[in-house]
Amino acid sequence: MSDVEIRVDSLSKLYAIGPRALRGQTIRESLAEMMLASFRFFLKPGRDVATVDHARNIWALRAVSFEVRHGEIVGVIGRNGSGKSTLLKILSRITGPTEGMAEIYGRVGSLLEVGTGFHSELTGGENIYLNGAILGMKKQEIDRKFDEIVAFAEVEQFITTPIKHFSSGMYLRLAFAVAAHLEPEILLVDEVLAVGDAAFQKKCLGKMGDLAKDGRTILFVSHQLNQIRRLCNRCLWLDEGCLRAYGPTVEVVSAYEAGMSGVSRQENGGTGQASTGQPARFLQWAIYAPANANSNVLQTMGPCTFKFIVELNRCIRNGHHGIALWNSDGQLMWAWAASKLRLEEGIHELVFTLPGLPLRPGVYHWQVSLYEDGGLLDNWMCIPELIIATEPNTHPSDEWNGILNVPCDFQIKPAEKVR
Amino acid sequence: MVVHSPLREQAAPLIIRPSKGWTMLNLQELWQYRELMFFLTWRDIKVRYKQTVLGGIWAVLQPFLTMIAFSIIFGKLVGVPSEGVPYPVFAYCALLPWQLFAYSLTESSNSVVANQNLITKVYFPRLVIPLSTVLAGLVDFVIAFIVLVLMLGYYQIYPTLSSALMLPFFLFLCVCLATGAGVWLSALNVLYRDVRYTIPFLTQVWLFATPIAYPSTLIPEPWRVLYGINPMAGVVEGFRWALLGTGKASGFMIVVSVAVTFVVLISGLYFFRRIERRFADIV
Repeated sequence: MSDVEIRVDSLSKLYAIGPRALRGQTIRESLAEMMLASFRFFLKPGRDVATVDHARNIWALRAVSFEVRHGEIVGVIGRNGSGKSTLLKILSRITGPTEGMAEIYGRVGSLLEVGTGFHSELTGGENIYLNGAILGMKKQEIDRKFDEIVAFAEVEQFITTPIKHFSSGMYLRLAFAVAAHLEPEILLVDEVLAVGDAAFQKKCLGKMGDLAKDGRTILFVSHQLNQIRRLCNRCLWLDEGCLRAYGPTVEVVSAYEAGMSGVSRQENGGTGQASTGQPARFLQWAIYAPANANSNVLQTMGPCTFKFIVELNRCIRNGHHGIALWNSDGQLMWAWAASKLRLEEGIHELVFTLPGLPLRPGVYHWQVSLYEDGGLLDNWMCIPELIIATEPNTHPSDEWNGILNVPCDFQIKPAEKVR
Repeated sequence: MVVHSPLREQAAPLIIRPSKGWTMLNLQELWQYRELMFFLTWRDIKVRYKQTVLGGIWAVLQPFLTMIAFSIIFGKLVGVPSEGVPYPVFAYCALLPWQLFAYSLTESSNSVVANQNLITKVYFPRLVIPLSTVLAGLVDFVIAFIVLVLMLGYYQIYPTLSSALMLPFFLFLCVCLATGAGVWLSALNVLYRDVRYTIPFLTQVWLFATPIAYPSTLIPEPWRVLYGINPMAGVVEGFRWALLGTGKASGFMIVVSVAVTFVVLISGLYFFRRIERRFADIV
């Protein structure tokens, strides 16, 4: 109770959109509107003038409630327009909520954009001060960290150059360097790491990780699910302004991915079939080793054992068993088959041990089947899905994720002389 | 790397809830953000004369050239009386507070819209923005004021100490009025961009409604008090009285000016605060 740092209680935000929204309204329009309103008022006394305005409204955020504890890094995911940025804007007091409330215990720093307030005519050094002040740093604080910021941005020799002459990479590095030296207790970050090259992103992620180790509370919006997996302990999924899920990152991100790829999540995918008359039926599957509270979540890189339970109502003479692993895009990851099986009537465990399953974290599906003499007995798309939640060792951006998740050792050595 | 143990402040939590209607001015918070205000002022000053050849000299040139034009047209050709002081110093002394006012008004009324990149991305008391532009105008004033001191020396006009000490009061009045009007217009400009186009016209009319090119003694006595409704008349007359010793500062007119300025400033601040929370959504 005591270490809750952000408490959000049924927070809602209504936006007026469409032609009647106040954006860009001129005096003439609003005068006309006022005259029209008063005119109608006289025509129909007692009518509520406000109803004349038929602005189309949308709820950017609808009754969202959650709590964030001290030191947690919470990822915020959701499609475009699902209310992620609105949530951050309300929490950073840029805009007010329409309903509900939020309580924040601690100094808030928000980073909705890097380089806010940078002025192209000013030099790199001047912009550090300006941007720092805008982000809420005191001059003393900036004085103290100035050299550190310059070093982090790697722009030492350009510190007296107006930033309009900076390359976009230098600009970004400088902007992020200032932001990275903020010291708020609670940091709200919106998709700022999506910019820049891989090396820069890696540096930013490292910095975020450091902040996290320092015990800062971070709310982090990103579309890069890999970044979310890497950084966040908990995850908040917004869908059309509503809170769809809030919980451990592994679960929420997997549910989100499953939802995105359109996999139907109906229960009883194949197990619930009437057993009467069916010679064979797959009942369930589980990760046997390493043991884990969730028997469908794989969290380690090493050897793993999977168990599939099948019930036979009669004995099978010439059986054929197939197994396949699919990813959420429907790509086949691995498959294998065993032939000429003789199985007695009863319940059997089909046990597979693999030296490791070096697939990148995500949602996967097992498919198991059993045939006899070429005739299908049962074919099951296993429920629940297999969730791989190992430490990601891949490129930080999603488009370079690949399929495998293999730790590598990287070194640079002087080349041996070619004789 | 930042290694600072997180200090859990046991201060009152920040509570965010929908706000409706009139809100408090919260000057205390504004004070906490004074450094940001100074940084924005500093930015405005730094940027203003970048890539100009003359730089800060423009702060002097603008009122000075206007003074020359006024001296030729009104002083020589029209023959406007200047209450016994040389016309150039008579005009320049009035142009200084006027330039401060007109500059601050124009810049601050456009300031919120011009800084929308800040408003939609970072929280700070929004009043910081128009206030910082007024402060930037004050810096120009100080530079141009040095020239006024030189002119006074040249014409051998020596204000008495007691009247010169009143100058800060009139300067303060001018700044308050500029802030009040600027805050009103900057908030209105967010709602209605028409405001931007009315400002050049507004300042032009206001210029001639203020005794800058002419002394207020040209206005017949019963109307002169009414003249005080334009607080800039009080400011300009006050400047002349304090530095040139012309006229006798009509006490009643000053009182009216102060009252009007006060009303404009306070109503402007409250209006701004009321509109402020919607800035990020509509700017």
